Amino acid sequence: MAVVFAKTKMLCEKPFHYCPGCTHGIIHRLVAEALDELGIGETAIGVAPVGCAVFAYDYFACDMMEAAHGRAPAVATGIKRVCPDKAVFTYQGDGDLASIGTAEIIHAATRGEKITTIFVNNAIYGMTGGQMAPTTLPGQVTTTSPYGRDTSHCGWPVKVSEMLSTLTGPAYIARVSVHDVPNIKKAKAAIKKAFQLQMEGKGFTLVEVLSTCPTNWGKTPQEALMWVKESMIPAYPLGVFKDVTAQPATPEGGAQ
Amino acid sequence: MAIVTVNEDVCKGCGLCVDACPKKIMALDSSRINKKGYHTASCIRMEECIGCAFCAIMCPDVAITVEK
Ligand SMILES: Cc1ncc(C[n+]2csc(CCOP(=O)(O)OP(=O)(O)O)c2C)c(N)n1
Ligand code: SF4
Ligand code: SF4
Ligand code: SF4
Repeated sequence: MAVVFAKTKMLCEKPFHYCPGCTHGIIHRLVAEALDELGIGETAIGVAPVGCAVFAYDYFACDMMEAAHGRAPAVATGIKRVCPDKAVFTYQGDGDLASIGTAEIIHAATRGEKITTIFVNNAIYGMTGGQMAPTTLPGQVTTTSPYGRDTSHCGWPVKVSEMLSTLTGPAYIARVSVHDVPNIKKAKAAIKKAFQLQMEGKGFTLVEVLSTCPTNWGKTPQEALMWVKESMIPAYPLGVFKDVTAQPATPEGGAQ
Repeated sequence: MAIVTVNEDVCKGCGLCVDACPKKIMALDSSRINKKGYHTASCIRMEECIGCAFCAIMCPDVAITVEK
């Protein structure tokens, strides 16, 4: 009998502390498998955020550093410049990256830092009890928007992938989802590609992953996956927003 | 036939593997409880398992191993 699926050696034995059904765990696994399959796991260095993934340093079987809230791209910049041959990544939530850390991510991206950012967008502040995030959808109920996000005074969701793809520094920016098996497979391919382009020195790479927070959304794990599919994806379309290695479209429209 | 093993100690009974299985042979066992207090998942008709690993791919706690 052959092993079809087993836990990757790039994840430690320690069980995740995430709530039941929270897709942070799936995203951890995809990052770990990508590092392993590219043969860059042994020497990779990750930077953990402040947020529910704060203990990411306990889960990845590579060197990890903890950054102050939102500052992971700045910390990763320093690490990468000292260790240019190593795979360096940040793992950040939307409160961490798109709120307190907005400056750091924009400047790391525009400098073309050769790092990979895994941006976990669950449209809420999970760790602190479900407050509204910059990425919260219009009308979405959170503890600080109990009647739903009112765009007349709270504005609209920040579309990080679209925004960063206007810059010259990034080499690869994609948005993926992990709400079902086909999408999980696509998410893994995008994460692998991002790390690959980082190692080729092409520039800054980011994969935005739509993720669930069943606990603070007040949904079952199953309902949460449906909410990603039916509410989040229409607001945050999936796709590749920037890829410096993509072939330009042919006149016949035969772009791959 | 394939063999699906659930690491009971880390399963959180979220049920995502149950919904992901195309053969509908994963189930939460309400008569069992692990040390964290969750009803754990297991494969209830192993002879029907096709070894697709959808259950394992969907498991947020990487609790499932699949052999074929
Ligand atoms: C300087 C500072 N400000 C605020 C906080 C409180 N805080 C902790 S986590 C967090 C946001 C978490 O949300 P997100 O980044 O989306 O991650 P999630 O928990 O949803 O995975 C905030 C505001 C803090 N720890 N430090
Ligand atoms: S609070 Fe939300 S994001 Fe945090 S572990 Fe629980 S479900 Fe996941
Ligand atoms: S391997 Fe496929 S058929 Fe077997 S239990 Fe898992 S999901 Fe079901
Ligand atoms: S998906 Fe994983 S954690 Fe959830 S019930 Fe199935 S085996 Fe348990």
